[in-house]
Amino acid sequence: MSYKWAIGCILFGIAFVQAETIRVCSSCTYTSIKDAVLIAKPYDTVLVENGIYKEINIWIDKPLTLEGLDLPVIDGEDRGEIITIVSDDVQLSGFLIRNVGTSYTADYAAVRVIKSKNFTIENLQLEQLFFGIYLEKSDHGKVINNRIIGDAVEEFNSGNGIHLWYSNHVEVLNNRIEKVRDGIYLEFSDNILIRNNKSLNNVRYGLHFMFSNEDSYEENLFENNGAGVAVMFSKNIRMTDNTFRNNWGPTSYGLLLKEIYDAEIKNNRFIKNTIGINVEGSNRIRYQQNDFINNGWALKVTGGCYSNMFEENNFLSNSFDISYNGQLNDNKFDGNYWSNYTGYDLDKDGIGDVPYRPVKLFSYIVNRTPETIILLRSLFMDLINFSERVSPVFTPDNLIDARPQMQQI
Amino acid sequence: MFKILKYSFYDLMRSKWSYFYFLFYLLLGFLLLFLNNDVSKGIITLLNIVVVLVPLIGTIFGIMYFYNAREFTTLLLAQPIKRSHIFLGQFLGVGGSLTLCLVLGLGIPFVLYGLLRSGAIWDFSLLLVVGACLTLIFTALAFNVALGNTNRIKGFGYAVLLWLFLAIVYDGLFLLSLLIFEEYPLDTYALIGSMANPIDLSRILILLKLDISVLLGYTGAVFKSFFGTSKGLIIALIILVLWIVIPVRLMVWQGNKKDF
Repeated sequence: MSYKWAIGCILFGIAFVQAETIRVCSSCTYTSIKDAVLIAKPYDTVLVENGIYKEINIWIDKPLTLEGLDLPVIDGEDRGEIITIVSDDVQLSGFLIRNVGTSYTADYAAVRVIKSKNFTIENLQLEQLFFGIYLEKSDHGKVINNRIIGDAVEEFNSGNGIHLWYSNHVEVLNNRIEKVRDGIYLEFSDNILIRNNKSLNNVRYGLHFMFSNEDSYEENLFENNGAGVAVMFSKNIRMTDNTFRNNWGPTSYGLLLKEIYDAEIKNNRFIKNTIGINVEGSNRIRYQQNDFINNGWALKVTGGCYSNMFEENNFLSNSFDISYNGQLNDNKFDGNYWSNYTGYDLDKDGIGDVPYRPVKLFSYIVNRTPETIILLRSLFMDLINFSERVSPVFTPDNLIDARPQMQQI
Repeated sequence: MFKILKYSFYDLMRSKWSYFYFLFYLLLGFLLLFLNNDVSKGIITLLNIVVVLVPLIGTIFGIMYFYNAREFTTLLLAQPIKRSHIFLGQFLGVGGSLTLCLVLGLGIPFVLYGLLRSGAIWDFSLLLVVGACLTLIFTALAFNVALGNTNRIKGFGYAVLLWLFLAIVYDGLFLLSLLIFEEYPLDTYALIGSMANPIDLSRILILLKLDISVLLGYTGAVFKSFFGTSKGLIIALIILVLWIVIPVRLMVWQGNKKDF
């Protein structure tokens, strides 16, 4: 037993000793990254020095460390895909990759990983791209500290920053993604961790889930996107400690939920979005300790939602707290803080003695005739809101928070 | 004209009603900030007060002053002074003193609570500008009503009705018309309808600062180009100024042709 282990050690040692470093620069033996990668043996390191390398289709088909020194530039001159990884154990770091080709038939990416495991993609800067980092059926990898700055204007002719397709157990950490279609896109990808990324100014979504389960994203910032995050047709997603900010526009949401089951939404901050969270056909979701500040609508709930819990959230200075279509079903609002609450607390237990009705008549009217938004905060509206609150006719009368908090949570 | 302005102004500054008005705003400002301790949240509450109470007080003060100073006005008319100067002077005296009460009464507490260091200073200044405009508009409207009615009780009633109409009834009718014609494209109509009422206009001016997120959420292209750019702010301000100029011109014209 122990000698087998010893042999293993020796073999590993030999492999380690034999790993070579190949340098690439304008005056080195190898002046092109492609040649250096071709000649390299498995587990070698290819070290690229500063300079501009005009190359496309760099094909990495063996375990390799490809590393840039002082941020060398790989310029694709809009001709096509730049780096493709088709082997396990590849580490890629420290390049500025620009001018990826745009095509309507092939999804050209700056870096594509195909059917590989244990990859690390780190410290890249991507500019003028179509797709940024494209992971295809690749598991157990890391995408860390990359900066992706696109120039997308329209949805149809732009690509995604970080794109995961049938890829599981990937960590996406500390990236900054701007001006692409979807900042981060997941399709059929499970057990993904997305942490501490900044996704800004994207044409469509900051982060987009499709058919992806058991994923979690935390401590990210989504600002000024078409919509902050869209989660669709997915199960068991954990969303914690994120900030959704300034997502404005007619179809703009901080967070869009569509056909989501068993998710957890905790400790997030929704600030100045047109709609904080838009919920459609989503069941068994727990909303806890989120802050909704200065949104147009904090929550918009439409059709077919069951068994959702809204607990201990702060609703602060939103134009409308909740817009609700249809029946309350068995959704529950409990123990939230509402800055619009006007009740009292005579027994001083920190809980208001009068239940709070978060849906206003005006919100119902605006849903029917959007132009009436122009009467927001007028005295007449306050009057009819008040009369509706006293005797509900149009708004669901069982939609109440029975234990509104007196102090912000 | 300036002599009359000066006289009206000092006369009002000495009156207990001006002090009452000033103290009311001072107290309100302190109370709001004491309860909220948050300058930007206080501004939302103030919005309701400015767009409802300021016009009411402007109306009542204007009409009361005009009827009270009636004998003095008749005396002045016998002097070789231009009629327009008499009425303009009185109007500016009332409007000026009310504006001063408003600006100082609300300004002092907010400055003491650290407004100058907070980001809300522009929202607050806009609020004060709108408040001043509303004071002038409703004082001018009240003067018009007073010039048209010799009977005090009738005049007073009409003035309060005018306020009630613009502050509440107008919005109700407006909402009703929007709901009835909801099948049609309404955004231009909605914008024009709200420009036609100085109270709605002032409210929208302030909403442009406070609730921009929900206003921009509306899909209409007309709304978007109006609310999304500084164009909306500028147009609204211009129309607000027009709302002062037109009633004042009307007042001067009425004063010139009226037989005292």
